[in-house]
Amino acid sequence: MLKVENLSVRYGMIEAIRNISFEVNDGEIVTLIGANGAGKTTTLQTISGLLKPASGAVYLDGQDITKIPPHKIVTMGLAQVPEGRRVFAQMSVLENLELGAYYRKDRNAIEADLKNVFELFPRLEERKNQLAGTLSGGEQQMLAMGRALMAKPKIMLMDEPSMGLSPLLVREIFRIIESINQQGTTVLLVEQNAKMALGIADRAYVLETGKITLEGTGAELAASEQVRKAYLGG
Amino acid sequence: MAFLSYLISGLGLGSVYAIIALGYSMVYGIAKMLNFAHGDIIMAGAFASFFAMTAAGMPLIAAAAIAMVLCTLLGVTIERLAYKPLRNASSLSVLITAIGVSYFLQNAAQLMFGSDTKIYPTVLNGSFSLFGGQLSVSYLSIVTILTCVVIMGALTLFINKTKTGKAMRACSEDKGAAVLMGINVNRIISITFAIGSGLAAVAAVLLCAAYPSVYPTLGSMPGIRAFTAAVFGGIGSIPGAFLGGLMLGVIETFAKAYISTQLSDAIVFAVLIIVLLIRPTGLLGKKVSVKV
Ligand SMILES: Nc1ncnc2c1ncn2[C@@H]1O[C@H](COP(=O)(O)OP(=O)(O)O)[C@@H](O)[C@H]1O
Ligand SMILES: [Mg+2]
Repeated sequence: MLKVENLSVRYGMIEAIRNISFEVNDGEIVTLIGANGAGKTTTLQTISGLLKPASGAVYLDGQDITKIPPHKIVTMGLAQVPEGRRVFAQMSVLENLELGAYYRKDRNAIEADLKNVFELFPRLEERKNQLAGTLSGGEQQMLAMGRALMAKPKIMLMDEPSMGLSPLLVREIFRIIESINQQGTTVLLVEQNAKMALGIADRAYVLETGKITLEGTGAELAASEQVRKAYLGG
Repeated sequence: MAFLSYLISGLGLGSVYAIIALGYSMVYGIAKMLNFAHGDIIMAGAFASFFAMTAAGMPLIAAAAIAMVLCTLLGVTIERLAYKPLRNASSLSVLITAIGVSYFLQNAAQLMFGSDTKIYPTVLNGSFSLFGGQLSVSYLSIVTILTCVVIMGALTLFINKTKTGKAMRACSEDKGAAVLMGINVNRIISITFAIGSGLAAVAAVLLCAAYPSVYPTLGSMPGIRAFTAAVFGGIGSIPGAFLGGLMLGVIETFAKAYISTQLSDAIVFAVLIIVLLIRPTGLLGKKVSVKV
């Protein structure tokens, strides 16, 4: 599905990620865990085309998408739930969801997807005419996820969906990520919350100061001494 | 009755400011830049409609349509050539470029058409009386006010109800997130310049109908006043530009009528400063609340 090859990205003189390679297969949940500043957001933004790499390539279903502008990458089936939700605060919940389907023309299918999003997130339906800026943090996270789903993605990238949420809400969000995956969407999940992420991931990679230092199945990494020490609090 | 008559002519003048201010405000809201050359697009529209009527003998409506097409193309071209390459530059560089574009347009007009003042054909003259002849209202004021109200209504519908309008609002809030929705931000910015510049052409025709002289720097003063109106109403806000334009026109007219012609600009700016002291975002400007 998604393949990242020898990717390096710089901000001026700072090399934020160095020569990283990984892949996400059809139907998987893959997680990229790492501390603050490890380069997780940089990686996702480069895959989505918002940042251009210094070297390396990103392939979606075998096609090189490295030079494709970001608004076109969405139409190829790759959506992102950005860090910090970034919902359109001055627009209604419904308008946010409609914007998620911006590039699509298949009206009937969009209607059906909207129903599905409201089934996954009943709170969004209750608040569909409310401005997104008036939602709580957890609701905004749900809206950001619903909005990405409206693009009907084959693969969804999520940047720290648990950030700033209560443990109860974090569990709910992760349960929903699993059901989105079960409905057939491949997931690349970036997290600082290693415990929760490894719990639902098929495979995982550890990113440390711009380099991938470990990889394995979710269970393997959760059991690894190195990961337990650095990310799971011993 | 004098009061009513000043009020109507103030609203007429204010409608022209409002139409220009809409262009400033939309461009600011979406491209986050002050397009200082916006006033000179008005000048281009004035010359275009002037020559369409005098040299080509076209009727007013056709001349206005020609001016709209030309100004739209001019606005989009300026954006493409001068502003787009600066998308990631500092706002100071963009501002200086916009001032440069403004001088370029004024000098180009002077080179092509000379610096002498041309007299715009008389259009939309005449008036009707109310209250047994006590109040005389010019057709031009009524047409100008109605045009502004129709534009305002159409624009509000467009922004709120159409897909492109919603994409514009998304871009004005967060371009990075808008791109992730599949919105082509460059296209949306082009459309915004197109709309603003087309409106500038409408303003040009209405302005020249009221003050029939056409010269290369004609756009400067109405441009600055309309910019003031946009800030007054809350820059980036469409209803704000409307309200700010109307109020500025009325205040200016009353100041001229009741206080002093020389002081009218000083009074207008004094009111602006007071409003900004009380409400730094302008009358209808939004305070963006960020939730974490
Ligand atoms: N816009 C930027 N300009 C300069 N440096 C940046 C920018 N964004 C991120 N960085 C740097 O790149 C590194 C990786 O950041 P980021 O990808 O945001 O990490 P993470 O998402 O894992 O917290 C950090 O050292 C950060 O300081
Ligand atoms: Mg991050």
